[in-house]
Amino acid sequence: MARDTLTGSRIRERRLILGMRQAELAREAGISASYLNLIEHNRRRIGGKLLVGIAGVLGVEPSMLSEGAEAALISTLREAAADSGVPVAELDRVDEFAGRFPGWAEVLAAGHRRIATLERTVETLSDRLTHDPNLAASVHEVLSTAAAIRSTASILAETGELEPEWRDRFHKNLNQDSLRLSESSRALVSFLDEDGSGADRRGMPQEESEAFFQGNGFHFPALEDGSATPEDLVRDEPDLTGEAARSLAQAALAQYQSDARAMPLQALEQEISANGINPVALAGRFNCGLPAVLRRLAALPEEVLGQEAGLVICDASGTLLFRKPVTGFAMPRFGASCPLWPLFTALVSPNVPVRRNVVQHGRNAAAFDCMATAWMLKQPDFGEDPLYRAVMLILPGAKDAQDPQPVGASCRICPRQACLARREPSILKEEF
Amino acid sequence: MGRHVVLIEDEPNITEAIRFLLMRDGWSVDAHTDGATAVEVIRDAGPDLVILDLMLPGKSGLEIVRELRAEDGLQALPVLMLTARGQMRDREMAEKAGVTRFMTKPFSNAEVLTAVRDLHAQAGQG
Repeated sequence: MARDTLTGSRIRERRLILGMRQAELAREAGISASYLNLIEHNRRRIGGKLLVGIAGVLGVEPSMLSEGAEAALISTLREAAADSGVPVAELDRVDEFAGRFPGWAEVLAAGHRRIATLERTVETLSDRLTHDPNLAASVHEVLSTAAAIRSTASILAETGELEPEWRDRFHKNLNQDSLRLSESSRALVSFLDEDGSGADRRGMPQEESEAFFQGNGFHFPALEDGSATPEDLVRDEPDLTGEAARSLAQAALAQYQSDARAMPLQALEQEISANGINPVALAGRFNCGLPAVLRRLAALPEEVLGQEAGLVICDASGTLLFRKPVTGFAMPRFGASCPLWPLFTALVSPNVPVRRNVVQHGRNAAAFDCMATAWMLKQPDFGEDPLYRAVMLILPGAKDAQDPQPVGASCRICPRQACLARREPSILKEEF
Repeated sequence: MGRHVVLIEDEPNITEAIRFLLMRDGWSVDAHTDGATAVEVIRDAGPDLVILDLMLPGKSGLEIVRELRAEDGLQALPVLMLTARGQMRDREMAEKAGVTRFMTKPFSNAEVLTAVRDLHAQAGQG
């Protein structure tokens, strides 16, 4: 039905919106109710003076009744029909639909417009992800090197008689490419999981706080000698851009200060120098808890501890609250970490010291000596559930690591397919 | 008459492996790394087939194919495109540009050989 033949439907729609009876409108317009009834059911054409009169009574422009406000609406409905990808038998009656059911038509059109907006958003985000220059460069490098290795290795393995000149050249290429692959895959994992660049961490309070600790080497001499308070250190720190980040950093520094007071640097250094790194003995010597000792050891400069040390702290949900990275032990940047970490073993047995030698995936992966324990955050009252946190000290160069426990960083980038702890599929294959 | 392929690939060790494979299969291989001069090289060499990387310095593989398809006598030249980007969208763009076959890295030698032989046969030159 053509749009201008629906003038009657629009008059009826408008009248009903105003709550006016047909007889009332007919009277005001100077026509009979039966004639108005015919007009409203599109059985009589209407125009000229009568249309202007009815429009005046209904309080709208005559064109609203003759052309309708639905020109744009009809156009959107046509787009919706075209985009739906299914044949719409009543496409030729779209004007009638919009005229008779303008409310429903608007719902449909609004839905279509919203879908279009969401599609644009998805496309933009997807495009941004797809064209992330760092990610694209790393992935391209890895795949190109893998292609070269695969082709070269196949030639060496499958070609029976290979001239010495070609064989030597392919061996050299294979060696070059395997080195490149290890470097580029490390760069890729680093990008995905533990990007150390402070600039990329801006905006997220926990990441800003971690970047602040990283920028200070996780060691704060001013707290060691008492010349500054945690508040002093965060107050004018430009890397902490928001109140949330300052608050997180201040809380972590307060913990640091408390641990430093319990185990003064000089006395701790003497103890380690004399007896080595023995957290349980140190807890006894300084009369403090094992969690404090593990945190304190990770906060010592490398020259005092005699080696590098990493640390992770999580709450009872397993969420990592604090991370001090250590070379060779990948920690996820986002999302949950590997449930096989001794940190989580400790979490289910509070106050029990857990010590495991672990190794992360990779052919040249080193073993780590991990010491963990969980502690109650605060003594609960009767009937109140306790809140626990767990801490894990990560020391490279595990001793007696004959059979270290394999662990990952997070399922997404862990190649161990047959793992009982797996939560989601990996993007890597076994023995990547 | 020998079969001739032009290979445009900026990864030297992939070039070396493909060159070896195709030479063993009876092809003469003309290898280049620069995208910017690729069209000229192909035009001058008049190969039976082109193997082209998607991401090249100077000019992308897609741009090269579009330019080839715009030239008289090169519209039907078989082009095998190699790429690390294997999404459906990339395939569609490659097809639209005029790529004859699309192969994602890392590929096997057998896949490359089969594709080259097929394309050559389809072009009616085998």
